[in-house]
Amino acid sequence: MQINDIPVIETDVLVIGGGTAGPMAAVTAKEQDPSLNVMLLEKANVKRSGAISMGMDGLNNAVVPGHATPEQYVKEITIANDGIVHQPALMAYATRSFPMIEKLDSWGVHFQKDETGDYDMKKVHHLGTYVLPMPEGHNVKKILYRRLRRNRVQIENRFTATRLLKDPDGKIAGMIGVNTRTAEPIIIRAKAVIMATGAAGRLGLPTSGYLFGTYENPANNGDGHAMAYHAGADLANLECFQVNPLLKDYNGPACAYVTGPLGGFTANAFGERFIECDYWSGQMMLEFFKELESGTGPVFLKLDHLAEETIQEIETVLHTNERPTRGRFHEGRDVNYRQRMVEMHISEVGFCSGHSASGVWTDETGATTVPGLYCAGDMASVAHNYMLGAFVYGQICGESAVEFVKSRSEPKLDEDFITRELERIQAPMKRVDGIPPEQMEYKVRRLVNDYLQPPKVTKKMEIGLERILAVREDVPNLCARDPHELLRAMEVQSIIDCAEMAARASLYRTESRWGLYHYRVDFPDQDDSEWFYHSRLFKDDSGQMASGKRPIADYLVPLGEEKDAYRKMRVQKAANG
Amino acid sequence: MPIANHHSSVPVIVDEDKCIADKGCTVCIDVCPLDVLWINEDTGKAHMKYDECWYCMPCEADCPTDAVTVNIPYLLR
Repeated sequence: MQINDIPVIETDVLVIGGGTAGPMAAVTAKEQDPSLNVMLLEKANVKRSGAISMGMDGLNNAVVPGHATPEQYVKEITIANDGIVHQPALMAYATRSFPMIEKLDSWGVHFQKDETGDYDMKKVHHLGTYVLPMPEGHNVKKILYRRLRRNRVQIENRFTATRLLKDPDGKIAGMIGVNTRTAEPIIIRAKAVIMATGAAGRLGLPTSGYLFGTYENPANNGDGHAMAYHAGADLANLECFQVNPLLKDYNGPACAYVTGPLGGFTANAFGERFIECDYWSGQMMLEFFKELESGTGPVFLKLDHLAEETIQEIETVLHTNERPTRGRFHEGRDVNYRQRMVEMHISEVGFCSGHSASGVWTDETGATTVPGLYCAGDMASVAHNYMLGAFVYGQICGESAVEFVKSRSEPKLDEDFITRELERIQAPMKRVDGIPPEQMEYKVRRLVNDYLQPPKVTKKMEIGLERILAVREDVPNLCARDPHELLRAMEVQSIIDCAEMAARASLYRTESRWGLYHYRVDFPDQDDSEWFYHSRLFKDDSGQMASGKRPIADYLVPLGEEKDAYRKMRVQKAANG
Repeated sequence: MPIANHHSSVPVIVDEDKCIADKGCTVCIDVCPLDVLWINEDTGKAHMKYDECWYCMPCEADCPTDAVTVNIPYLLR
C-alpha cells in the first residue's frame, strides 16, 4: 500500500522510543509471541538514547523482600504524592519490581550486594528502605541492545514520530513521522502502539539559558505527550510539575540517592541540615525552595565533613555514571568536595512521572484511554516510577499489547489525515525565511519560566497562557534549512503544546498540592473536599483543550497514622538550640 | 523575515589527527542522542555542527581512537 507515493510499513506491535521502557516493551512482546512483527522506532540511536544514555547509578524505588513489602511501598508513595495516585498501578509495579530486578540481574546488570550476597538496600525515603545502588550501572544500554538483537526486534533509528493514527472506530492504527537526517516521511500501520518517549524535559528553561542544559535528556521534549493529546488520550495531573534539586548550573542530581547513604546531605549556607529526608518529593522541594530564597540560603550539597575514602567512592560513582561530565564541571570551577560545599539550585520545570506524577493517563495494564495505545516510563502517569518503573511498565505494556493484537483486525488508515500531516511535516523546509526553531523554542520556554514556574499565581498564568497562544500563531512562519532543523521545528510544536497544557492544567486545579510542584500562592491550602481527584486534560469533541476530574480508585492499602509523614519535612530546632 | 547566522563556541572537540571518520568510522555520529555531530565535508572528519549538546559523553566514551573530548558548554562553565 502507498499513500502520496510513500510506502506504508506494516507491523503488529510498534514501540515508539528506544530508551528504557521501549526496549523492554519490545523484547517482552517478542518473548510473549516470537511470531509477531515488533518494530522499535527511535529518534536517536537505541545504543545510547534516552535518560540512561550513560547508565544509571541506582534503583531509587526497589521493593526487595526482607526490606519492604509491596503494601509498604504503595503506602509510602501514596503519602509522598499527597494521596493523588492510582494505587492499583502502584501495586502492579511494587509486586513486579523484585522479579524485574532478578531478570535484569540475570541479563548481566550489576546491582550492589553485601558480603552475604544479598542486595545492599539503603534507606533514603521518609519511611521505608527502597534504594539499591548500582555503582557499575554504566552498561545498562549495552545489555538492552543485546536483548533487542537476540529477540530480533526490528529497529528503526533516526526517525521521529509526529502523529499517531487512528482508524474510524477509534482504535490505534499506527503513526506517521519523519527521518531526522533525510526529512523523508514514514508511515507505519500497527495493530497496537506502545509509546515510551520519556519526559517533557524541554518545557522550562535552565537558569544558565542554555537550551539543551536540561535535567532530562533533551531528546525527551514531550513529543509523546503532544501526540497522545492529539490522538484523544487523557493526560493526568499535568500541574504536578517536575522540579528537581540539582547542582547550580550543572544538570546532575546532587544528593539523595548516592551521597545520602554515605553521609552527605543538603545543607543551608551555614552547613546546617534543614530537611529531614532527601527523597525527592514536592514537600521536600518546597522546603528546599524556601531555604533557597531565605536569608540562610542558598542551598548546598555538603560532603566536606566526610572521610577521604568515602569522598573517593562518591566521586567514582558520580563521575562515571549517568552524568559523567560532572567531574569536569567541578574541575573548571576549582570545586573539590573535600574543601567546600557545592552550590545547589532547582531545575527547570517539566512533566516527568519518573520523579513526580504527571503524564499520559495509564492504568495498571499500561493502557491509555485510546484502545490499542499503551504508555510506559517517564511519560505515563504512574507516580514516582524512576528507571525500574520504566522497565516494569515496559514489560506490562509489552504483554498488554500482545494480548490486544490477538483479536485485532487490520486497521484502516485515514488518508486525508495522513495527507494533512505530511503537509505539516513538509511546511518548515518549504520556506526560505521566517522564524528558526531555536528562536521560537527559546521564546516559549522563557515564557514558561516567567509565568508558569512555581510559586504559581493565577493572573501570571493567565498572561502566560495568552503569550504562549500568541507564539502558536507564529508556527506557520517556522522555517528549517535542513532535516536537522526540521526535527527541531517539529519538536518546538510539541513544546508549545506542552506549555499550553502546563498552563491550563495549573489554572484548573484551584488549590495547592504536592509541595512546590503545584504551589499556588493565591490558593495556598490543600482542599481535599474539591480536589481529591486526578485532574484530566484532553481534546474535547470540538477540538478544544478541556479539563475534568477523574475519581481516585479505592485504595488497596489504607494510609493509617503515617498519612501526614511527608508534611513534616523541616528539621525542628531544639527548644534550647 | 530574513535570517542571520550567529557564532557560538561548541563544547565537543574532535582531534582531526586521531579521527578516522574519513576511513568510514561513524561511531560518535551514531551514538549522539541529539544528532549534532556530522562529517565535515571539507576535511572528512567528524565535527560538532549544531550547538545543542547535553555533554552526556557517549561520543567520547565510544570513540575507538580517543579523538573526541566533551567540554562543558561555555554558558555553564
